[in-house]
Amino acid sequence: MAKVLEMRAITKQFPRVLANDKVDFDLEQGEIHALVGENGSGKSTLMSILYGLYQKDGGEIIVRGQPVEITEPRQAIDLKIGMVFQHFMLIEPLTVAENIVLGSEIRKGPFLNHKKMVAEVERLSQEYGLQIDPEARIADLSVGLQQRVEILKALYRGAEILVLDEPTAVLTPQEVEDLFQVLRTLKSKGTSIIFITHKIKEVLAVSDRVSVLRRGKKVGTKLTKDTNEQELAEMMVGRVVLLRVEKGPANPGPEVLRLDGVTVKDQFGQVKVNNVSLSVRRGEVLGIAGVEGNGQSELVEAIAGLRKVAGGRIYLGDQDITGWSPLRIRKAGFGFVPEDRHRRGLILDYSVADNLILGIHGSRPFAGTAGIRNQGKIMEHAEELIEKYDVRPPVAAQAVRNLSGGNQQKVVVAREFAQNPDLLICSQPTRGVDVGAIEFIHQQVIAQRDQGAAVLLVSAELDEVLSLSDRVAVMYNGEIVSVMPIEEATEHKLGFLMLGGHPEEYGAGEVSGNAEQN
Amino acid sequence: MQSRIKAFPWQELLLPLAAVVLALLIGSVLILYVGENPLTAYGILFRESLGSVRNIATTLQRATPLMFTGLAVAFAFRAGLFNIGAEGQLYLGAFAAVWVGISFNLPRIIHLPLAIIASMVGGALWASIAGFLKAKLGVHEVINTIMLNFIALFLTDWLVTGPFHGGSWVPETVRISPTAALSRIYPPTRLTTAVYLALVAALVVYIILWKTKRGYELRAVGLNPSAAEYGGINVPRNTIIAMAISGALAGLAGAEQILGLNNRFIVRFSSDLGFMGIAVGLLGKNHPAGVILAAVLFGALQTGSAAMDRLTAVPRELITVIQGLIIFFVAAEFLIRRILRLKEEA
Repeated sequence: MAKVLEMRAITKQFPRVLANDKVDFDLEQGEIHALVGENGSGKSTLMSILYGLYQKDGGEIIVRGQPVEITEPRQAIDLKIGMVFQHFMLIEPLTVAENIVLGSEIRKGPFLNHKKMVAEVERLSQEYGLQIDPEARIADLSVGLQQRVEILKALYRGAEILVLDEPTAVLTPQEVEDLFQVLRTLKSKGTSIIFITHKIKEVLAVSDRVSVLRRGKKVGTKLTKDTNEQELAEMMVGRVVLLRVEKGPANPGPEVLRLDGVTVKDQFGQVKVNNVSLSVRRGEVLGIAGVEGNGQSELVEAIAGLRKVAGGRIYLGDQDITGWSPLRIRKAGFGFVPEDRHRRGLILDYSVADNLILGIHGSRPFAGTAGIRNQGKIMEHAEELIEKYDVRPPVAAQAVRNLSGGNQQKVVVAREFAQNPDLLICSQPTRGVDVGAIEFIHQQVIAQRDQGAAVLLVSAELDEVLSLSDRVAVMYNGEIVSVMPIEEATEHKLGFLMLGGHPEEYGAGEVSGNAEQN
Repeated sequence: MQSRIKAFPWQELLLPLAAVVLALLIGSVLILYVGENPLTAYGILFRESLGSVRNIATTLQRATPLMFTGLAVAFAFRAGLFNIGAEGQLYLGAFAAVWVGISFNLPRIIHLPLAIIASMVGGALWASIAGFLKAKLGVHEVINTIMLNFIALFLTDWLVTGPFHGGSWVPETVRISPTAALSRIYPPTRLTTAVYLALVAALVVYIILWKTKRGYELRAVGLNPSAAEYGGINVPRNTIIAMAISGALAGLAGAEQILGLNNRFIVRFSSDLGFMGIAVGLLGKNHPAGVILAAVLFGALQTGSAAMDRLTAVPRELITVIQGLIIFFVAAEFLIRRILRLKEEA
């Protein structure tokens, strides 16, 4: 096979970090080459250099045998390189066809030639087997289909080398499977694909070769068939990693959290959580699986007192906490790792020490008489948690903004877990967190469970739900559609239910597992 | 220890300083244009504002109300509120002070503190209206403080020309009782003990913001209201408190004008002191120490400008231009920073 792309000794220096250190990378005609590494390992930087978003400080890029300089995306596009970003760059009110041709619109005189645009997009989607309605509005499409539009956009511009930056991060398991199918089709048509991810399972499922980056350096390139999960994880992290959290059987005690027909509406009066009843007991982890946006966030925020409850009651222990203030609920023994640490969980410009007291900042010993802060105790508390939860760098006075995603999350986890709450809600606890930190956070969740906390876990990662939970609930369209013991939960079954499949239909008609999505 | 070092961001002093230097450089082009030597003009400006104890006293007198309004704006800003209403709060504070000053007959040791407290209460109550509208009804504070400025202005116009009119042909109240007046420190300049009060206020602002639980909450609300709410902080309540404290500080500027400078309420006495406070807060990086320095700078420019006008062909309006340029460059620095930050994130 011919090499369509070679990147040699690519070096990129950022003000504080060497993002790429003499990285070699190559891509063969018609292969799927996975590029993996933890956050901050330099994968996205490398691809941004290829796409002309960053300028390299050293090394060379050879496309189809020709050395090239790519200083802006336009040049990359001219070289038939296409990129699909994690955050889509689509204009929501416009149609699929309008988005795809954007920038190279087909005109008739001064007007757009709508018919021809639609025909052109239809031809393209036929050719690559990417089914889509050219006249649908982007805003009406599911995330998976929006991604498909992004891919078509790149193909429309003639891309023969396609770079996908963490494409699965936003997809449901079924959508991931669809995407892989699309990638295989593209490959069979001769497109060469670079697939950026930090999920090892996906690498094994779809790629031909895999290159691993760690701290800006390339650790190695392997044929996918010659490697395995454990080896890749160790290459990524640089040490032996426990991929599955080790946990003993649950030992559930009395009920800690009980939801009784809870209904929550959003600010427009739309019902987001519909008549949900659940219970979580001491010493167990209840996982809620579900595609994001099915009411999990609203449910959890209602429990935390951050959202109004429109109906039903919430009990913590034997207290009815419905309508309590967030502070009062916290004080009743509640810990909460929110899904979005930047928006909710942290004050980025505050120091690590100040973030570690958020929520308990008003209590002794952190605030004394007349509300004067006890700086000594605050620092002491910080030093202790930084050590216990291995926050790096271990500097209490450092602004949290300067920490990596994984270490930011450790700050949130440390703060919430250190209170040893009776009820602990972890919402997407490892989102955007490195393999090494995931392992650590998972161990801490289980440790909390074993100390007798009732843990409610909300995660879009099925792996996470499956490996941590003792019971699994599936949420769809604001309702809990099923609750099952972990022994009965499989990835396939959860995926089926998450997309709105009826619990009683599962197993009956396997075909519906790939249900049409909108 | 670390917290003490980071308390005042010395490296941040560099940028406002650069703004001042740039503004003076551009100012010197204008001075050359009117046919004067910039060095001479700036020399006079410096000498007349800081060249002698007496000039320094005058500079400090001019700086004092700006210290208060600057602190007012900075305090609200730390809690994420853009208080454009310091002007109105100043008028209400001033009126409360004058009312106490003329209505009571008390020994000095009670009368003066009472008048000062009244000014704080007046400013705080007026600002609380804005805080309440923001916290409970979501009316943006920029809009409602601007509106309240007009109301304050016309309200005090009416009070002073109507029920509290002094009886002369001038639209002003009678003079306050001497027992409510602040004492002069360095006659014949009009510098009063209000300047000490301003320094104490700066210290108190610093302590509240960085050393108390309340300050932790206020700053948290300013930096990330969502996270503050998550952390059990009552956001609406802190919004009202922040506005009230900000208003109390602006009210103190009114007290300085009434109890120190004029000893009576003259209609529309404030030469945009509240609005200048926004500039002072901005230049001072919304830090109490920075605000004090910025206020002194503005006080010095104003004090020196009269002499410069008298002794050279440079009109005193040049100083207004320079003040405008300083603000422009400080604001542009925010812009530059923002652009840089966006790039990092991309």
